[in-house]
Amino acid sequence: MTVPAETAVAAAAKRREQRESVVIRFAGDSGDGMQLTGMQFTTESALAGNDIGTLPDFPAEIRAPAGTLAGVSGFQLNFSSLEVYTPGDNPDVLVAMNPAALRVNIGDLKPGGILLADQDGFDAGNLKKAGYAANPLEDGSLSKYQVIVVDMTGMTLKVLEDLKLSNKVASRCKNFFALGLCSWLYSRPIEPTLKWIEDKFKKTPELVEANARVLKAGYHYGETTELFAIQYEVKPARIAPGTYRNVTGNSALALGLLAAAEKAGLPLFLGSYPITPASDILHELSLYKNFGVYTFQAEDEIAGVCSALGAAFGGAIGVTTSSGPGIALKQEAINLAVMVELPLVICNIQRGGPSTGLPTKTEQADLYQAIFGRNSDSPLPVLAAATPSDCFPAAYDAVRIAIKYMTPVILLSDGYLANGAEPWRIPRFEELSPIPVQFRTETEGFFPYLRDPETLARPWVRPGTPGLEHRIGGIEKEDVTGHISYSPANHELMTRARARKVEAVAQDIPPTAIRGDQAGDLLVVGWGSTYGAIAAAVDDARARGKKVSQVHLRYLNPLPPDLGGILRRFKTILVPEMNMGQLLTILRATYLVDAVGLNKIQGQPFKVSEIAGKILRLLEG
Amino acid sequence: MSDTTVAAAAPKLTRKDFVSDQDVRWCPGCGDYSILAQVQKVMPELGLPREKFVFISGIGCSSRFPYYMNTYGFHSIHGRAAALATGLKISRPDLSVWVVTGDGDGLSIGGNHLIHTLRRNVGIKILLFNNRIYGLTKGQYSPTSEVGKVTKSTPLGSVDYPFNPIAVAMGVDATFVARTVDVEAKHLQDILRRVYEHPGGAFIEILQNCNIFNDGAWEPLTDKGTKADTVLLLEHGKPLIFGKNRDKGVRLGSDGRLQVVSLGNGTQEKDLLVHDETHRPLAYMLAHLENPTPIGVFHTSTRPTYEDAVGRQLEAARKRSGVGDVNTLFNRGETWVVQ
Repeated sequence: MTVPAETAVAAAAKRREQRESVVIRFAGDSGDGMQLTGMQFTTESALAGNDIGTLPDFPAEIRAPAGTLAGVSGFQLNFSSLEVYTPGDNPDVLVAMNPAALRVNIGDLKPGGILLADQDGFDAGNLKKAGYAANPLEDGSLSKYQVIVVDMTGMTLKVLEDLKLSNKVASRCKNFFALGLCSWLYSRPIEPTLKWIEDKFKKTPELVEANARVLKAGYHYGETTELFAIQYEVKPARIAPGTYRNVTGNSALALGLLAAAEKAGLPLFLGSYPITPASDILHELSLYKNFGVYTFQAEDEIAGVCSALGAAFGGAIGVTTSSGPGIALKQEAINLAVMVELPLVICNIQRGGPSTGLPTKTEQADLYQAIFGRNSDSPLPVLAAATPSDCFPAAYDAVRIAIKYMTPVILLSDGYLANGAEPWRIPRFEELSPIPVQFRTETEGFFPYLRDPETLARPWVRPGTPGLEHRIGGIEKEDVTGHISYSPANHELMTRARARKVEAVAQDIPPTAIRGDQAGDLLVVGWGSTYGAIAAAVDDARARGKKVSQVHLRYLNPLPPDLGGILRRFKTILVPEMNMGQLLTILRATYLVDAVGLNKIQGQPFKVSEIAGKILRLLEG
Repeated sequence: MSDTTVAAAAPKLTRKDFVSDQDVRWCPGCGDYSILAQVQKVMPELGLPREKFVFISGIGCSSRFPYYMNTYGFHSIHGRAAALATGLKISRPDLSVWVVTGDGDGLSIGGNHLIHTLRRNVGIKILLFNNRIYGLTKGQYSPTSEVGKVTKSTPLGSVDYPFNPIAVAMGVDATFVARTVDVEAKHLQDILRRVYEHPGGAFIEILQNCNIFNDGAWEPLTDKGTKADTVLLLEHGKPLIFGKNRDKGVRLGSDGRLQVVSLGNGTQEKDLLVHDETHRPLAYMLAHLENPTPIGVFHTSTRPTYEDAVGRQLEAARKRSGVGDVNTLFNRGETWVVQ
């Protein structure tokens, strides 16, 4: 805990209360800098030693008309002295910079929660745009909350009076007032943000001065004003020892790909086309040119995957990143990769669909697309990441499997993981598992489709290798020789070989971890970003003495070899998914179990209470 | 790993070294045979080890080409060869990457990749076999078929206005644009040699006869009796002159348009345009000249290739920041230690 020295005495005059966990949501117009405010508050909280989970929620429009409901941007953070699984269901604190932000978010605020509103934002024009006939801050309609109205904009302008900034520029600093105030309220250190401001605005010193001043003003305002009688404190969480940093899912995924390429000793080639919410992976990898990473912004989604496959043919780690609509376009080329049996990693950062759907909202409805979405029998391994930091090992493993089995691999993430952040225990590169690569150079006994007996992988040959000139392609290949073959028996043999090869990946799947007892009344099976909400809900049920356990799947194709046995040890199987029941159908079809689904298709992650409620209803049922 | 210097010192290559063990399955009489023969003749002369050549194709009759070349080859999916080749060339600039495509594969389903590959100047060589018909799917009109083309899918004649492949390539500022003809063996060989030497992306339209579904599409340009009067051979530094008696030519009229003129009656050879491959506006005009039909190199110029520019950025980044270290990268930004 760091408090500026000169204010320590005044702070002591206020009462300080402990909280286990706090959920705070910053909401404002998309131009109000709420994402930035949220991310800085996250950094402060992480440095204060809390465990954290975040959920940014922003509109698809880059700049929806100011003050409208469509333009509301939010950022929710759960920080805690306990282990955090989710960004929290309902906020304890809502910061609303304008009436539209209030209207969109107030329904989620816990009764008795703190509403912190910017007085200036609630002018007649903004009230009208949000559909309020009267000012809700004044008409008593918010009486079940602790409403604290602060003239953030006014005080921001006041503190910047002598800097000769335009009114517009000066008022844009008001998010730092909100951040400063919240930092005081929850005893967060503001030094990291001051340092960040200095770095971020180093090219415009007047903005360094302005933002720093406003941040401090917000902090000091909390201390001195009588609006706040209590300052809260959230003690550091017990976290496994190590060095940590915050990481978003997209960033962790990019780092995982890079680390795998470095471990394999091969160049990473990303062929990609911008699409929400995957673009940040392209942005991040494009920064790593000194690692020899090639990032190719292609003319379309198809060229993205095709260029990656071309690079894989040349001996690079070929990767393409996209979201559902882009994956739909890539499927023919992915099918080619299945046929030519080259390593390729396809990352799908899922979003709400179908079609353009809800580009900035999350969903996990592309599981069928990943497993079944190509013509003919076209098997490939499918993996899913469970949390933002889990995107790192998931991406690393996807590369490893692609190389070992000479196959395209689909890695599923989603918008919630992509933009959400959590602390990541930084691994040592030396400790990461090896990724051996064996390019064939021996000409004696070479055949393009002669398979390794253990993995069924065919040899990987870099063009430029003398004596191994050969042709591959999308037409059915003869076993061993790789010549074109239309033989009926050969087609069945090759179809079965491709399937057996993907099934062979199961030998790499570790024993399935069960959170909770090994047998019991209810098993909750999930995949992807529902991990946190399921874990918290299962813990909640277990705390009530229920025999509930959790299995969360990294490997969706092939499924873990021990999964069938585990399912049979529980009376009821619940599968919560942000789709209409895709894993549910697969589990029912594969294991003939009468599993039940819990389905939410709202572009928003599950709340813990939704899953916890379903668990209790099933056990009572 | 392959070693270029050792391989380069290997015995001299011959045509046979570039012939694969696969039976060629094009229809007897197909123009593709001649193109394959000229490529197999020229490749061994180029001084590059065989294993450094890669042929990438899409889908269509022409796209079977890689199977018949004893080099590295990739028969991909419809229209996407240029995109695959781009990824390969960026990451493996040491390879000589050739794309074989057709008028349907390259200009219809794959048109987008073709134009973007050429505008980027990725150093790959695109051979577009133009027979003005879909052969593999048995005779539908293509994006280069003439208006009114009667085919299985257009019983009343096509109403599409066709692409002019040379004009498309010029329109995206390709750095090497040429046209040749399947049966003009020597001309085709000369163009292939020049393509190989060109340091950037190259586009070559090869007029090719489909004797099954569009026989005679280029007959006026290939018939020994007519071709002298229908074909204008483009040669750098030489006047645009043609005709059986070399008595016709192309000059720039006072209105700024190309004029086809007969020599004599006051018009002399010195009045004709002299072909300048480096003069882009001239190539634009020649691209639209139909009668006579120009063959040869319309345009060539140099600008940095895409793969070189990419390679230079990587090099500069390494110089600026040092070779990347993963542990340093992991620990970038705000970190904290939990004991």
